[in-house]
Amino acid sequence: MSATNDLARLMREKAEAVGATVVELKNLKEAFAYALDVCDKKEACQLLVSGCEEKLSDKAEALCETKQEKVVAAPNLSEDEYAAFSALCAERGVKCIREGLRGHLAGIDIGVAHADMAIAETGTCVIDSTSEELRLSSMISEIHMAILPKSRIKATAFDAEREVNALINTGTPRYTAFITGPSRTADIERVLAIGVHGPLELHILMLED
Amino acid sequence: MQTAKTLKEYRKELRESLDNEFLREAMDKFATAYPVSRANAFRGLDEKAMIAEVADAKDAAAKNMDALYAQFKAEAEKRGVKVHMAKDAAEANEIIARIAKNSNCKKIVKSKSMTAEETLLNHRLEDDGLEVIETDLGEWIIQLRHEGPTHMVMPAIHLSRYQVADLFSEVTKQKQEVDIQRLVKVARRELRQHFATADMGISGANFAIAESGTIGLVTNEGNARLVTTLPRVHVALCGLDKLTPSLNDALKSLRVLPRNATGQAITSYVTWITGANECKAAADEKKEMHIVFLDNGRRALAQDPLFSQVMRCVRCGACANVCPVYRLVGGHKMGHIYIGAIGLILTYFFHGKDKARNLVQNCINCESCKSICAGGIDLPRLIKEIRARLSEEDGAPVEATLLGKVLKNRKLFHTLLRFGKFAQKPVTGGTPYLRHLPQMFMKDHGFRALPAIADKAFRDEWETIRPRVSNAKLRVALFSGCVQDFVYPEQMKAAVKVLASRGVEMDFPMDQSCCGLPVQMMAERQATIDVARQNVMAFDAAKYDYILTLCASCASHLKEGYPNILAGQQDMAGKVKLFSSKIIDFSSFVHDVLGMTADDFKGKGEKVAYHSSCHLCRGLGVVEQPRALIASSGSEYCPAQEEAVCCGFGGTFSMKFPELSKELLDKKLNNAEATGATRMVADCPGCIMQIRGGAEKRGSRMRVGHIAELLAENLK
Ligand code: SF4
Ligand code: SF4
Repeated sequence: MSATNDLARLMREKAEAVGATVVELKNLKEAFAYALDVCDKKEACQLLVSGCEEKLSDKAEALCETKQEKVVAAPNLSEDEYAAFSALCAERGVKCIREGLRGHLAGIDIGVAHADMAIAETGTCVIDSTSEELRLSSMISEIHMAILPKSRIKATAFDAEREVNALINTGTPRYTAFITGPSRTADIERVLAIGVHGPLELHILMLED
Repeated sequence: MQTAKTLKEYRKELRESLDNEFLREAMDKFATAYPVSRANAFRGLDEKAMIAEVADAKDAAAKNMDALYAQFKAEAEKRGVKVHMAKDAAEANEIIARIAKNSNCKKIVKSKSMTAEETLLNHRLEDDGLEVIETDLGEWIIQLRHEGPTHMVMPAIHLSRYQVADLFSEVTKQKQEVDIQRLVKVARRELRQHFATADMGISGANFAIAESGTIGLVTNEGNARLVTTLPRVHVALCGLDKLTPSLNDALKSLRVLPRNATGQAITSYVTWITGANECKAAADEKKEMHIVFLDNGRRALAQDPLFSQVMRCVRCGACANVCPVYRLVGGHKMGHIYIGAIGLILTYFFHGKDKARNLVQNCINCESCKSICAGGIDLPRLIKEIRARLSEEDGAPVEATLLGKVLKNRKLFHTLLRFGKFAQKPVTGGTPYLRHLPQMFMKDHGFRALPAIADKAFRDEWETIRPRVSNAKLRVALFSGCVQDFVYPEQMKAAVKVLASRGVEMDFPMDQSCCGLPVQMMAERQATIDVARQNVMAFDAAKYDYILTLCASCASHLKEGYPNILAGQQDMAGKVKLFSSKIIDFSSFVHDVLGMTADDFKGKGEKVAYHSSCHLCRGLGVVEQPRALIASSGSEYCPAQEEAVCCGFGGTFSMKFPELSKELLDKKLNNAEATGATRMVADCPGCIMQIRGGAEKRGSRMRVGHIAELLAENLK
């Protein structure tokens, strides 16, 4: 137990060091509520952070205009989980989807996904992203949330190696992602800027199992 | 991209870089910030062991390249990928252009790939009328500017926010503000539409795992994920050197790569793509995926006994980050496509000797790159080797051949040096400096005073000054090197005084000559070997406990260089091993062997700065001893900024690139003077010649000398 907590502590420290938000929650129900609270607080103009307020060329502007309501996506929830989550979303007046993400390339507000495991040493979430919908939701959401049971945290990449291998090497096509903090760049004058192509924020929702 | 045809043209280009103030400032900031973030990233980890693991894994993979390729191909094809092999750049481009044509692609989004830069892929695709858009922010910026990258990891490091704002204003036809955070968001939106409408995505690959046919992509921005997900066709272009047997090996490199590149423990995204994944933009909802492996000389290189280590490169860019020359001139002048130390080498192999000829001269041999390379590649050695190959292939310049000839004949060499003393008389004006530079040096070498040849060489005085010692516990042979023998014999005499105070018995074998580093730097392979042989033979190493030299460059060349240089000489094997094992530098000898402490000295509290010579701190790993000795001597040690950055001497380098040498020297002096020191010491007469000459020229109040002189003066 204490080993799990040590790993959770290290995971939090390393993930926060690279700009992720880490919250500890009891269960999935709390995680859903948290996601929607963040979505609520995310003011309409917040969306603009991702570039809508900038002066763009006409074509880029056109793509931007296709986005109007708040949208959350949760492609890898189980049937039951998804039913519960989408009901909550409906209550709060947020659109919830789990497919058709190609119709939302201008961006969605929040993507929620189960993480398969994590690597504490670097604050990394490992997510099987073989489903295209899941992949897109983790790329085009402005805030990406990874749900992580504490028991799934490994100390190092080498401790996770066997299980990562099981994800990538199944004999069939696979797409596996290590995600550590939000999308970043330092390409202009080496000044750190967050959210160049991917999410502007990464929240890790650590659950007691 | 570096294109100058002659050394003269190249030097002109270098001058332009030096005059680019923004570049200079950006590079300086980067050069001082990088070592700090790298050190943080490796804190608490066994960096050397991690690098050695990468080196071993990559060496094994390079040896096994063909088998790994076959295995990768089989595994990837099982998973629906088409795997191609391209023998050279043109063929790779051809394959990719054909895929685009067959699959009716019009628009292509790309994520960063140095391999695609290597093949100049964009040019080829654009010639076919395809629209190609780079999506990595830095790459997009330089694409819009029609430039090549100036750094392997930060391709647009040479540009300012103002330039980017202007560029983006042009692209969006809207006036953009000069605010980096907002400019990044403009790029986010502008590029998103391209992802949404592209038919093909092209990526590179950092790893190609044979066991599962998986490619690994290491990125921060997240563009590679979009490139590999949204378009219906994905082509990965990948050098054969990226093949690796298992995930385990990839993870080993992954532990070092981001730490070395940007001081990150890991990048934001590491993406493992195995097979042709789901893609809802394709008719059958399955991605059309191709992986094109590029040979372009890699298979031959992997078999080369010396150069196969080049295959260990993980393209972290760190060898540029720490290179003092890169810092001065920027990436466009430090590689054709690949940049930094590895760029000099890869330019020769991938882009030919015409492109490499001038570039490979631009290395000062400071070993900074070697000490941090993620693959443990001996970069400066390979650069010197390429110079030697080029001069064998093309014929050496007259000066080099002449010096080589002279050095092979020790007596002639020493006679010439003695003669030089008379020849210089008219220009010294009775001082220890050449007051008027000989005509050939006039123009660019006036930034430092050059020393005069001493009245009496150390070797000519040895018999008269040699201390007579009985019952000595330690027997030491002195190796003087040319500079201390003929220019600064007083440094040798100071060392003799310090050693004699502890009853060390000393010998000075008369057959010793120049260590040979200068001719090696000038690419005279045969002379390098001959001089090395002569020196090893001059010392009966078994008779001595140590062979001591006061010159860090000689020490590192005798200790680390000789075993390599004489590796092919059967008859020398045992001798050179013994010889090299006995070599020790002055500070280590006095501190570690003699164990001299504050009790041995009566200091005057003088403020003393230190220059940590490249070949001492990196070549021999001697860091603490000289600093401790300065303090022991009763002086006040004043740490300067960037103590371990090269002074700009680099032997023949300063002759070839005086403008670069001057810049490095200015920085060195500014940093030292800023400490308020009245004296600066170093462990290498070459550095002293450079720094003292600069100090003299600017009328500095700092005296510059050898640490042996400081100790001798303060002996109790
Ligand atoms: S040569 Fe070494 S330091 Fe340079 S890019 Fe390659 S791995 Fe990095
Ligand atoms: S040895 Fe020094 S000058 Fe030469 S490439 Fe390496 S870092 Fe640059």
